[in-house]
Amino acid sequence: MVSGVPPFERFYEAHKAEVLAFLRRRAGRERADDLFQETFLHALRAYTRLEHGEHLRAWVLTIAANAVVDAARRERPSAELAVEPVADDSRPAFEELAPLTDGLPQKERAAVVLRYGYDLDYDTIGVALGSNEQAARQAASAGVRRLRKERKQQ
Amino acid sequence: MTGVPTLLDERFRDTAAAEGILDVAYDVLDDTPVGKLIVGVSDRGLCRIGFDPSPEEELDRLARQFGPRVLRSPKAIDRVRAELDEYFAGRRHGFDLKLDLRAAPEFHQRVLAELSRVEYGRTTTYGALAAQVGSPRAARAVGTVMNRNPIPIVLPCHRVVGASGSLVGYGGGLDRKEWLLRLEGALL
Repeated sequence: MVSGVPPFERFYEAHKAEVLAFLRRRAGRERADDLFQETFLHALRAYTRLEHGEHLRAWVLTIAANAVVDAARRERPSAELAVEPVADDSRPAFEELAPLTDGLPQKERAAVVLRYGYDLDYDTIGVALGSNEQAARQAASAGVRRLRKERKQQ
Repeated sequence: MTGVPTLLDERFRDTAAAEGILDVAYDVLDDTPVGKLIVGVSDRGLCRIGFDPSPEEELDRLARQFGPRVLRSPKAIDRVRAELDEYFAGRRHGFDLKLDLRAAPEFHQRVLAELSRVEYGRTTTYGALAAQVGSPRAARAVGTVMNRNPIPIVLPCHRVVGASGSLVGYGGGLDRKEWLLRLEGALL
């Protein structure tokens, strides 16, 4: 087994209720069911590419947020969107940003990755982190400050 | 937080299995005549039957052996469930299922292949099975293979008894071995 990645059943059971609640808030009750299915099928397809079991909650909420954006885009292709869609890459962004953000405290790191790796808005990141928009904004800027400082010191 | 409606939950589980993106789909059969059973199928076939399953341990075991995409999906095991029901009702004497034994060591696979030829209602001995795989002195090792049989009932390790005719042992407990042999008319 890939070290630390839980069996999908356990991951799904741990997050399904929160993902559905998130989708209902963001996309409305009517659309939430299809997006729920889409989110977890996407997660399942990407699951074997995960290298560890950290940040799974943020990961699946990110997939859910992307599903909302994609659906909105399908419905109104020309409309301005609050959230810029990210590239269709289900590889966890923290993999790519790992070398850069490795030294950050967990919450700051997640906020930086979700903001700059996935280009998510702070509202979504707040949900992913289990806090709120303001806390997400603060965590991301604290992370960036810390990175700048470390860079100067090198 | 409110939960996920059952219909939505089942729809996802069914779709995941139907799309062929699971390493193992499983379900727990709560009341069979031999108690609670977990049944797992991979894309290659039936890969697991377990007595008295402890869900967390079984999940870890299946993930370790077949990959992390393990999901409960009742529909995916419909066929196995139906054949087991028929067997328990005495209406089926052989299983028509593909098996996935890739997680078993090579010696185990050879012994289990031989075991699969022991017919309904018949018994054989550990020593006889050992001789059939070309290791006549490996009766004990054959006992270990029976004990670790990943697919009991369908791979009929209950039909293997001691040279004296005593039941010896069973991974699922001797009561179950006795029940299965009585069902098949191999014990009076």
